[in-house]
Amino acid sequence: MEYTGAKALVESLKKEGVKVIFGYPGGTTIPLYDVLYDDKDIKHILTRHEQGAAHAADGYARASGKVGVCCATSGPGATNLITGIATAHMDSIPLVAITGQVGTALLGRDSFQEADVTGITAPITKHNYLIKTAEEIPQVVKEAFYIASTGRPGPVVIDICKDAQMKKAEYKHPEKFEHPGYKPTYSGHPKQINAAAKLISNAKKPVLYVGGGVIISGANKEVFELAEKCNIPVTTTLMGKGAFPETNNLSLGMLGMHGTAYANFTVTDCDLLIAVGARFDDRVTGHIERFAPDAKIIHIDIDPAEIGKNVRVDIPIVGDVKNVLKSLIEKVKPKAKNEAWLAQVAEWKKKYPLSYKKTKIIKPQYVVEMLDELTKGKAIIATEVGQNQMWAAQFFKYTKPRTFISSGGLGTMGYGLPAAIGAQIAKPEAVVIDIAGDGSIQMNIQELTTAVNNKLPIIIAVLNNSFLGMVRQWQEVLLNKRYSATNLCNNPDFVKVAEAFGAIGLRAKKPEDVKKVIQQALKSKDRPVLIDFVCEKEENVFPFVPAGQAINEMLID
Amino acid sequence: MKHTISVLVENHPGVLNKVAGLFARRGFNIDSLAVGTTEDPQLSRMTIVVHGDDQVLEQIQKQLYKLINVIKVFDLPPDKSVDRELVLVKVAVNAKNRAEITELVDIFRGKIADVGETAMTIELAGDSSKVEGAIKLLEKFGIKEMVRTGKIALLRGSDTK
Repeated sequence: MEYTGAKALVESLKKEGVKVIFGYPGGTTIPLYDVLYDDKDIKHILTRHEQGAAHAADGYARASGKVGVCCATSGPGATNLITGIATAHMDSIPLVAITGQVGTALLGRDSFQEADVTGITAPITKHNYLIKTAEEIPQVVKEAFYIASTGRPGPVVIDICKDAQMKKAEYKHPEKFEHPGYKPTYSGHPKQINAAAKLISNAKKPVLYVGGGVIISGANKEVFELAEKCNIPVTTTLMGKGAFPETNNLSLGMLGMHGTAYANFTVTDCDLLIAVGARFDDRVTGHIERFAPDAKIIHIDIDPAEIGKNVRVDIPIVGDVKNVLKSLIEKVKPKAKNEAWLAQVAEWKKKYPLSYKKTKIIKPQYVVEMLDELTKGKAIIATEVGQNQMWAAQFFKYTKPRTFISSGGLGTMGYGLPAAIGAQIAKPEAVVIDIAGDGSIQMNIQELTTAVNNKLPIIIAVLNNSFLGMVRQWQEVLLNKRYSATNLCNNPDFVKVAEAFGAIGLRAKKPEDVKKVIQQALKSKDRPVLIDFVCEKEENVFPFVPAGQAINEMLID
Repeated sequence: MKHTISVLVENHPGVLNKVAGLFARRGFNIDSLAVGTTEDPQLSRMTIVVHGDDQVLEQIQKQLYKLINVIKVFDLPPDKSVDRELVLVKVAVNAKNRAEITELVDIFRGKIADVGETAMTIELAGDSSKVEGAIKLLEKFGIKEMVRTGKIALLRGSDTK
């Protein structure tokens, strides 16, 4: 069968199971959009900015576990995707980004809307392709989806010249893909697993340090089994939220810069740290030499380059964490009695709980607690970046994977709303809430239109403190309240903004309004609701480990 | 500590950019990089000389393997490999020292590639110590210009990788 390149592209996407594309058309993607115009199987969601499309595809991927797909035109369209691609890359999210490129005859001539997309995206993708002929398209799409979704997942860019989309070629679907330079390791080395099992069975003060790799691998059940079998307390990274139920006794919540004090004390004091799908990021470790100083370290990760990158490791195990944990669970001795250690952990938990002081002004932590209570902990929470993100991580108890959707590695403000859109499209029945700050929400607020047009009942909880709160907090603590460029007292009226976009706008000014407005918002079934929570202006996120300090040296309140 | 690593890559446009970009953004130092085709037209071989401790070398190898276009990466220890470099050196000459330079070139088994009125271009090939030694001796005559290919290397014996 002879197809145009654009038609071959759409057919190939269908073969990969693509149901939805987030995108924005332009000159060099006109042939693609012409094919999508009559297509019945792939739904195109028109965002209002290409960055929104990339984040929405990313949110879709995180909520569903499938590959997210976004597309944009050449030049500015493609460069507007960059922040979204980098966000997905840092958090290992499977994403395929399709960009139009100028015709092959115009390449390299500084043509209108030309940008070197494969050059620009090389450092922020797992792989990328420049396609110059229609013939290459089916094979490249196959490879792109395979690479994006296997091993350590990540974004793949396919940059397609306009004439390659228009020319006809014989369409043949490649059944399989093998590449000599791409062979991820899935099962751990048995010798290493035995050694790890021995360490775990003999440890007196073990702790599991669980990251986003567990969510990606779908290994939450195995983490639970290992923790229960050996009585090991579990702390998660921001990316690992939902990998272990935070309502469980063994849960320590999050560790690191804004982690719980008890998680940080436990890690500092442990004699065995079992890192599972986590990468010893600086926000987790603080001062690296003083991180878990007395511990032996087992590091399980699918990416060999993560092992030994930031810390020395006693037992490295390269493999898919689900596979490795399964073998490990069989080999470890059950440890019914870890009592002294668990008692110590319980004491820290009791002595240093997460807390805040209630006043007559709305506390952002209270809003997050109420969102948890009123959704019975069952919502999908997307976040922006800053204080809102940390409170969303601290005061909502996550119990299931893929329910906390947040830009961890890159820390992208403006991520939450479009990611919530993607998540809601992936999970139409779920309650999806974007916990936002008044700064972040303005970075991609145009996506309210996308949410309204697609009748998505997303709740946007703006924790409005009229500040860029996280930077303000650093300025307060470290720079004697020199609030340089962080005061946002000239914010727009968010309720009116929401209404102008066709969404519902609500406002809570006092603590007693909080429950009421959330209940009201939860009633909306086909329209987004923005709630402006007028919060305490100078509330801080605690605990707080100032950058470069050891994690047990935190400011607790 | 210097290491010579051999990297087999797919012979595609853009691959050199990806490898060079990786070294730049991860802060790995390249002393030299030589790239050319191999016995297989689908593959190119890059010989990269880097310096760093064992941990840096390990990271370099692992990070290189993450590039999809990279097929194979291996370290070439000096005692287990042969290495060569080609250098062209343009040296200032006059009637008095011409013979002395020619003799020196002979000792190093180099060649006079080109002769001009006030300069000679000398071609030298060999392992690093030989090339460095020759350059050092030529310096006193005045080196006007120089170009080096960077090191290329293969395993000794019948072994291949």
